[in-house]
Amino acid sequence: MTEIGLGHYLTLGAVIFSIGIIGIFLNRKNIIVILMSIELILLAVNINLVAFSIFLGDLTGQVFTLFILTVAAAEAAIGLAIIVVYYRNSGTIRVEEIDQLKG
Amino acid sequence: MIAHSIFFYTFSIIAVISAIMVTVSKNTVHSVFFLILDFISISCLFIMIGAEFLGMIMLIVYVGAVAVLFLFVVMMLNVAQQKNQWFASEASSKHIPVGLIISTIIFFELIIVIGGWKYKPDLFDINNTTNNFSVSNTHSLGQVLYTDYIHVFQLSGMILLVAMIGAIVLTFRKREGVKKQSYLKQISRERSEGVEVLDVETNKGVKIDD
Repeated sequence: MTEIGLGHYLTLGAVIFSIGIIGIFLNRKNIIVILMSIELILLAVNINLVAFSIFLGDLTGQVFTLFILTVAAAEAAIGLAIIVVYYRNSGTIRVEEIDQLKG
Repeated sequence: MIAHSIFFYTFSIIAVISAIMVTVSKNTVHSVFFLILDFISISCLFIMIGAEFLGMIMLIVYVGAVAVLFLFVVMMLNVAQQKNQWFASEASSKHIPVGLIISTIIFFELIIVIGGWKYKPDLFDINNTTNNFSVSNTHSLGQVLYTDYIHVFQLSGMILLVAMIGAIVLTFRKREGVKKQSYLKQISRERSEGVEVLDVETNKGVKIDD
């Protein structure tokens, strides 16, 4: 219990990952919270990579965490830009009312 | 070691609670604040575990850029006051059990994977050690990043450039009826079209711009 090992960090990553998944399903209010849940999921992945990298003594995990960070930042920027454009066009970003592609 | 475990439990409990608050918070601005708290506590964990460069980068990129971007968009779109309720309608609440079931299954799958990892200690014998403990984390990361991963590094820079141009192009809007300064027009102006010398008669006045 007092010895913090790899399993503790992986469990923390698993908990945050699951919370992110719950957030995507549960929060139907607006789409920004869904983007934040995706950020949480990427954060959980980063925790796993860094924990493995430290405990195995291999730096590759940290390098990949850096690249995931880059892609997450780019994804957040593009996603928020799309949200802004959608809000400007339709006046709402509530998930319920975004159904133009429903067919 | 006891300090390590105390710090780990403190930061991870803060991280989990703030992650829960991100998803269940009624106000979107509060969600962004809890997201910032989450990133900060995770970066404290990274610094504590020995990946100090990634912890600092996490603070700079996430807290300094991404979370502020989220906050900016939330405040610009004025969704904070919109519908202070958890779920938009009754129709949406049918997704809740599905989401809970799926995320519970995912959580237990991950736990099973972690358990399998812990009880298979020969997996730890990966002798691919590039971590040189005589230099700092940032130093060793830089030694790997700019040599072995230089092409991926350049590619990630390209991704950032594409994302920046894409965001600008998406949100750019040409507005009508806005007076703008045109330097070319100002510079190419001649005296003949700018100034006109008139002979004004007394008590008559003069009419210009006809």
